[in-house]
Amino acid sequence: MAEPLLENITVVGASLAGLRAVETLRREGFAGRLTLVGAEPHLPYDRPPLSKELLAGIWEHDQILLRKAPYAGLELELYLGNPAVALDVGKRTVTLATGIEIAWDGLVIATGSQPRLLPNAPALDGLYTLRTLDDCFAIRTRLDAGARVCVIGAGFIGAEVAAACRSRGLDVTVLEMLEQPMVRGVGSVIGSVLAELHRDQGVDLRCSVAVDAIEGDGKVERVRLVGGAVVECDLVLVAIGAVPTTDWLIGSALTLDNGVVCDSSLLAAPLVVAAGDVCRWPNALFGGDLMRIEHWTNAAEQGVFAAHRLLSGDADTAFAPVPFVWSDQYGIKIQCAGRFKGTDRMELVHGALSDHRFVAIFESAGVISGVLAFNQPRQVMIYRRMIAERASFSDALSFAAANQ
Amino acid sequence: MKIVVDFDKCKSNAVCMGVAPEVFEVRDDNFLYILQEEPAEELRPKMEEAVRTCPAGAIELVG
Ligand SMILES: Cc1cc2nc3c(=O)[nH]c(=O)nc-3n(C[C@H](O)[C@H](O)[C@H](O)COP(=O)(O)OP(=O)(O)OC[C@H]3O[C@@H](n4cnc5c(N)ncnc54)[C@H](O)[C@@H]3O)c2cc1C
Ligand code: SF4
Repeated sequence: MAEPLLENITVVGASLAGLRAVETLRREGFAGRLTLVGAEPHLPYDRPPLSKELLAGIWEHDQILLRKAPYAGLELELYLGNPAVALDVGKRTVTLATGIEIAWDGLVIATGSQPRLLPNAPALDGLYTLRTLDDCFAIRTRLDAGARVCVIGAGFIGAEVAAACRSRGLDVTVLEMLEQPMVRGVGSVIGSVLAELHRDQGVDLRCSVAVDAIEGDGKVERVRLVGGAVVECDLVLVAIGAVPTTDWLIGSALTLDNGVVCDSSLLAAPLVVAAGDVCRWPNALFGGDLMRIEHWTNAAEQGVFAAHRLLSGDADTAFAPVPFVWSDQYGIKIQCAGRFKGTDRMELVHGALSDHRFVAIFESAGVISGVLAFNQPRQVMIYRRMIAERASFSDALSFAAANQ
Repeated sequence: MKIVVDFDKCKSNAVCMGVAPEVFEVRDDNFLYILQEEPAEELRPKMEEAVRTCPAGAIELVG
């Protein structure tokens, strides 16, 4: 294993994965020049609260800073509000929007993801996506003014925004194309529990509907559905998923295919690693299938792993975790671990769906492939461990039976 | 080395328990319990990992 002696590392993307990468580089003794480049004007902050506490109006910016310790300790050359626009892997340079060219001998790509947009959406005031602090504050100002909200897409973010609106007593309509919220991820049984939960809390949830047009005179006034129904509203949030931020890498010789494609050690090219929402890599724990994960824990862990990979030159250790994600809605902790589809066999092993306190496990090819729970964090971690150990589904069921 | 958890921030999601069950335990009441407030020095790497991966930024290592 060659140990490259790196002197000059650049990290592009100043959010969770990028910050964990620079912290790891310094912790592991990298003493050379370290540059962190970010498109946003802000120091790294935490995104999950943007659809939860911040939008609900109970937290402020200073409560979501990702690093509490002073930045001086990291000795960074920091470029904020200055996105990278081009990468030259051969010359080993990154070019920023202002024209500055940064040379590197090690590169971490951590540019995350950005909201998928509705095709043909009109340019109307009041039409939003939610990814950044600036998005969040802009939406929050409208909520403060009592906006009637229409959310397009009942995925994690759409569902959380709906919950935040209800906590503020605002009218909110959620439009979902599929038959249940989050049905692809959680399956129809738990999807219907979520649907009921939102409806009980006063959300006007409409599933199996398609948006025909967003209309208004200069500003959002209504959403028209296929079939003619109309939702009157002042604010539309489009929450239909995210796409990896790879536009700046087009033409760079890296393999781009729904993310920056890496090997099992997160290497994208010699001396180039990727981490976080932008990274697509084969997870050996799940048969080496290429995965791209858009969740917090993955970005934190990959930031650490990728930095270590770059410094150590260790090509043999694979990044092979059990994916984990949480969502908070109406005070319920929803947590999932593993990799499963809504169509996998599911067994309810603890609790009852109607109590909003339960654990369900999923099966794929005889092994436990996933766990999903409401308000049962302890159990999630226990089953997460079984998934990591590739325990058989029958062993997981026996464990559950013995631990009622 | 001492483990300090800010319980106002802790969201009881048990990520720390996934990292180091010998130190962190979330029980069925959904509260986090610290099993060893001053874990042995050889647990430091795991404790640092718990600090880094706590989604609430609630864990601090002192000393
Ligand atoms: C509203 C919301 C709620 C969420 N809630 C949860 C949750 O409850 N649980 C969970 O597990 N996950 C949640 N997530 C997902 C989680 O926040 C992401 O997985 C995580 O932020 C990914 O981190 P990252 O560093 O890979 O990318 P990002 O956080 O996307 O950061 C990438 C950074 O790179 C910058 N950038 C982009 N292009 C360039 C460029 N060319 N040059 C320089 N900089 C660039 C961007 O401006 C951005 O700051 C949520 C996300 C959102 C948006
Ligand atoms: S990981 Fe953090 S938030 Fe979660 S239980 Fe542990 S201390 Fe609390």
